[in-house]
Amino acid sequence: MINWPNFISQCFNGLVLGALLALISSGLTIIYGTLGVLNLAHGAMFMLGGYAGWLAYSYTSSFAVAVFAGAVFVMFVGVVMERVIIRHFYSRPHEDQLLVTFGLAIVFVEAVRFFFGSLSKAVPPPSFLAGITPVGFMFYPTYRLALLGIVVIALLALYLVLYRTRIGMIVRAGIEDSGMVGSLGIDVDKIFMLVFGIGAMAAGFAGIVNAPVVSIAPDIGEMILVQTFVVVVIGGVGSFPGAVLGGLIAGQIISITSMFNPGYSYVMLFVAMTLVLVLRPYGLLGTAGRE
Amino acid sequence: MLRQHRFLIEILTAVGLIIAPFVLPYLGFTPTTINRILVWGIFGIGFDILFGFTGLLSFGQSAFFGTGGMVAAYILTVVNFPYVMIALAIGTIAASAVGYLVGLIALRRTGIYFAMITVAIAEVFYFVEFNPLSDFTGGENGLPGVPTPSIHLGFTTISFNTDWSLYTFLAFWFFVGIVIAVRIMRSPVGAILRAIRDNPLRAVAVGHNIHGYKLAAFVIAAAYAGFAGGLLGVMQGFMPPDAFTFDTSGQLVMQTAIGGAGTLFGPLVGATVWLYLSDFLQTTLHLGAAWKLVLGVIFVLLVCFLRRGLIGGLADLFLLVSGTKKKSEPPQEAFTTAAGGGEKVAAAEVLHHPALTSMPPRRRDTDRETGKILQTIGLSKQYGGLAANSDINFSVGHGERRGIIGPNGAGKTTFFNMLTCEIQPTSGQILFEGQNITGKTVTDACQLGLTKSYQINQLFNRLTVRENLTIAALAELRGKFRLDLFKNLRNIQCLDEQVERTLELINLVGRVDTPVSELPYGEKRRLEVGLALATSPSLLLLDEPLAGMSPRERVETVALLKSISKGRTMIIIDHDMDSLFELVESVTVLQEGRVLVEGTPDEIKGNAKVQEAYLGGVHGVLAAE
Repeated sequence: MINWPNFISQCFNGLVLGALLALISSGLTIIYGTLGVLNLAHGAMFMLGGYAGWLAYSYTSSFAVAVFAGAVFVMFVGVVMERVIIRHFYSRPHEDQLLVTFGLAIVFVEAVRFFFGSLSKAVPPPSFLAGITPVGFMFYPTYRLALLGIVVIALLALYLVLYRTRIGMIVRAGIEDSGMVGSLGIDVDKIFMLVFGIGAMAAGFAGIVNAPVVSIAPDIGEMILVQTFVVVVIGGVGSFPGAVLGGLIAGQIISITSMFNPGYSYVMLFVAMTLVLVLRPYGLLGTAGRE
Repeated sequence: MLRQHRFLIEILTAVGLIIAPFVLPYLGFTPTTINRILVWGIFGIGFDILFGFTGLLSFGQSAFFGTGGMVAAYILTVVNFPYVMIALAIGTIAASAVGYLVGLIALRRTGIYFAMITVAIAEVFYFVEFNPLSDFTGGENGLPGVPTPSIHLGFTTISFNTDWSLYTFLAFWFFVGIVIAVRIMRSPVGAILRAIRDNPLRAVAVGHNIHGYKLAAFVIAAAYAGFAGGLLGVMQGFMPPDAFTFDTSGQLVMQTAIGGAGTLFGPLVGATVWLYLSDFLQTTLHLGAAWKLVLGVIFVLLVCFLRRGLIGGLADLFLLVSGTKKKSEPPQEAFTTAAGGGEKVAAAEVLHHPALTSMPPRRRDTDRETGKILQTIGLSKQYGGLAANSDINFSVGHGERRGIIGPNGAGKTTFFNMLTCEIQPTSGQILFEGQNITGKTVTDACQLGLTKSYQINQLFNRLTVRENLTIAALAELRGKFRLDLFKNLRNIQCLDEQVERTLELINLVGRVDTPVSELPYGEKRRLEVGLALATSPSLLLLDEPLAGMSPRERVETVALLKSISKGRTMIIIDHDMDSLFELVESVTVLQEGRVLVEGTPDEIKGNAKVQEAYLGGVHGVLAAE
């Protein structure tokens, strides 16, 4: 009954989607872990990355430039956003932080809609990654294979920055106790700005590298945001490994369910999230007290 | 604001609703817009109870709005059921039931987790409505042909089929919605919901089952949402599928924040501004799709600069203009008290103290009881490799005043936290009045009559002194959970009496209506003890009640503690040995998580082991030389 080649290619799709979700979720989770702010505009960052890349591509026709532009632009947006607005919300209640980032998300989405319209835009993959590649018994779109590689490299880079550099060590310490890090004489303000920038960049980078697979539109961020939330709840807030694990699980759930009936993919995601909440309330790799 | 005149809010609401159709059209509102505002207003009343009063920000209200609307519309169109009101009621019940189930999951966590879970759940509803259930919901087409309501009075039939007749129908239900919400917020449940928003930890510790109350608020919000969803279908003659979208939830949140959360009318005001601006920007200014961008920017600015929304902003402005000095007086007075020195103040207090009457301890007659009220057997707490408490065997008799001392890190607070069931012991047992309470919750422990005043103040900062004590007293009078949603706080027997008596005991009678955030430290400290006292505990634990107090405040507090100890058992941790030894009958010394020695204050003072524990062996070294 199960069509094996189809099943395997869906699993592969799930892997690609999962890696992508893992990257976006890590951005969200390190921002939350360090700054204590849940960025509801994180989906909009994903969308902005796609648009910035598309704009760069339409001028230069170079995919590499597009990816660079998408990532750097969104990092810039993140840094400005943190400097100008988010900074003033650290001492305010969580609800206010949610409200303001939610408002910013709307501003970003509507601004893009205003300048570029609601119609979706496509960014073609670079020519040497176009077409399909035979993989054993099936054919698979070349760019998706490459995408998996690109995202895995990005995740690795993020891992190396977080776990193998001095800055990363400070960020991880900040996730545990940002007050303590501040009292050690480290300029927490700068770290916060940097973390927000890196976190936003993760989403922006994902937004542009995913653009050749799914064409971009102003509201693509919303769906990604919801999936990211599920990933973070499953993996555990503030945990980078949790985001990766949660992302991979969510990717598989969405892809495999879609093979039978796409309408139920959200239901299954939700079932998984509920199971985790019941069995391990702090997420698979999360710890208590990071709320 | 909610309790100036008995029916002030109801009367003003009714007047406003009657005047509105005569005024608003001149300001450029069409009847459809006004009706729409009312639907959002009703939707928002429930949301404000959840967000503004209880502090739970849900981004998933569209799930209940859509469910209520779809169920009602389905019954009216596909099933062809003729009674609109009954269909609306069924829709409301369906939404409440869904709210209950969703609440069970979403309320497992708080804060941002709660927000994320509600977003995810609402998205599930959206997808389910569009795909698996599209045969019932009409999928992208929605359900057209929803009939308008009508009332059969025997001799005549009133149909609400024009815009203005529908207005009367909607205005009536908005009025009913406000009346119900105001009653709920004036009930004990309303008071507890506010306490949960301010300090959930303490609300639990004084003996309320806050999970139950949060779930109640969630279901109430879902019911309002479901009813409003049904009204939307009736108003438009069509149930749109986009009721389920994330945009619906977002718009509700934004309207509430614009209008001002925690006011019940905030969502209505917000909806008025939102819908008016969206009409104005689109039709008058011809901004087309950019209208939402403008509204988004306005919203962000508002959240940044007008924290309490338009209503809050207007209230502040009114206070500023009318020059009400309500706020400035008490703090000044408070300052003199805190600064001490004033003989007048001291004299007033001396006068006050003889009048003290002891709060009766909980229901049981503890005086008659003899033997142990509390006993621990081999109580241990292990944090990884660190033993905070090990093998503590400890008992306290009825009516005793016991002190616990020990150097920093001796495990005193850990021990207290285990006794009140805030943390679970790694091994060992706790017996309270002969009953094994190991593994119970802190709420249950408090309900049994065992509570604690905290080392660091845990108060309800945005509430007044009276409201703080009311919250604590309610836990004892009503038990840990009861849904008396329509009972007025004033009609609860013994409540005022108990609050007054506690106020007198802790000497805060002159501060009843002062918000806690404006109290000086010494008074906050007394209120901290008062919160524990107001639950009428038979065993009261005090964790460093004298910490951070001036010498004069210490003397007062020791007198206060003595006066409340009559007929009650107390265990006190403090570092102020002189005050503690004066207060207690016997002392237990903890060191490195173990009981070092027990005895009367005099025995402890002369004990070489205790001196060594505190002086780190210097004593022994000196003796050896």
